[in-house]
Amino acid sequence: MTEKKKDEILYDHNHDGIDRRGFLKCMAWAGTGTLCLMQGGVLKSFALDGTSDPGAAAAKGELSFVQLSDSHMGFNKPANTDVAATFQAAIDKVNGSSTPPEFLLHTGDISHLSKPEEFDAVDQMLKSTGKETFFVPGEHDMLNDDGKQFMERYGKGSKGSGWYSFDKKGVHFVGLVNVMNLKAGGLGSLGHEQIEWLEDDVKHLKSSTPIVVFAHIPLWSVYPEWGWGTEDSAQALAYLKKFGSVTVLNGHIHQIMQKVEGNVTFHTAASTAFPQPEPGKAPSPGPMKVPAEQLRSYLGVTNVNSVQGQHALAVVDSKLG
Amino acid sequence: MRICVSVARLAVPVLTAAILLFSAAKSSMVVKAQQAPAASMEVKIDNFSFGPAAITVPVGTTVTWINRDDIPHTVVSDDKIFKSRVLDTDEKFSYTFSKPGTYPYFCSVHPKMTGKVVVQ
Repeated sequence: MTEKKKDEILYDHNHDGIDRRGFLKCMAWAGTGTLCLMQGGVLKSFALDGTSDPGAAAAKGELSFVQLSDSHMGFNKPANTDVAATFQAAIDKVNGSSTPPEFLLHTGDISHLSKPEEFDAVDQMLKSTGKETFFVPGEHDMLNDDGKQFMERYGKGSKGSGWYSFDKKGVHFVGLVNVMNLKAGGLGSLGHEQIEWLEDDVKHLKSSTPIVVFAHIPLWSVYPEWGWGTEDSAQALAYLKKFGSVTVLNGHIHQIMQKVEGNVTFHTAASTAFPQPEPGKAPSPGPMKVPAEQLRSYLGVTNVNSVQGQHALAVVDSKLG
Repeated sequence: MRICVSVARLAVPVLTAAILLFSAAKSSMVVKAQQAPAASMEVKIDNFSFGPAAITVPVGTTVTWINRDDIPHTVVSDDKIFKSRVLDTDEKFSYTFSKPGTYPYFCSVHPKMTGKVVVQ
């Protein structure tokens, strides 16, 4: 695709897309969800804010889906006293998109306090999309019952504490759980059993298969001081090294960040509920309060972000081609 | 054998015993009164941290954690000796420490948050 969209941001790392490490760019707040297009094995993402719709021409990818995250239904503190309204706004964007997604991903913290009525409210709003939705839990979805309720609602057919994989139009999706059995002082954790399962899950796939991994807590070290990382993610990602195109989608940190490292592109999504501070820019990662009249704009207006590790992923294109 | 003890003679040891008993009771009350201020302790949860993060208390102290954050937290002993339910804003959890020892704990939702209770 040669034509860049108005707000599209394209990263081309030293024209090699491979060795540039530590690339970290904090983008803008967004709360409307992200439309993802898979084209030639390359995932591109667009914010669903209306200004950045990829349009019909760009939408001719193999697959499109939307990522929603951190709806925190039930949160009612000053940072956002009406998270139902902002989640509904995100749903409205999905329903009004000129590039209808084939399905939705929710990357966790569906609820704020794991209360049945909070899950019910989200489920009810998602119904209006008529789309199949895939979930992974956030830590707020596993409170008090070690995830029993989450598993009953969303975990059918999954393994362990809720991990699973599925295929859509040649793309292999893997939903991982990194919010269980967290240890004192530690980060997110996948655990040995899940990592072994992942190894087995992907080992028979061709290396040209595009892989999309989604989990709640970032699978890369965004800011370990605030627990924004997963202690054993490197082990998991090691099993994905053979693949030419790997996209990792996370939530948890309530802001958009992107990073390209070798064959892996990492994205974190904004929350539909409230923003959190940039790493280290506040005493704690608590909800960031913005003036009430600005909240919707913080949540609703965003840059459009598209990440392509140009050359590394171009190799994938040729492999696929 | 007849035991003939005058009332006056009996009164002396009884009275002595009574005084001794009273003073024993009094001294034990004094000890309890001295412990009373340390029998409860509050730890505030604020800005994703426990404050104070480390406390030292006598055996029998009840520690109460209160969540002053906008985000829910938990108080969970590393050894699973005590475990709160999730505490939303302004909710509390208490635990009485009946044995001496060191009790490290953390928030199971945000495990970077850690604290310690030393019971002596």
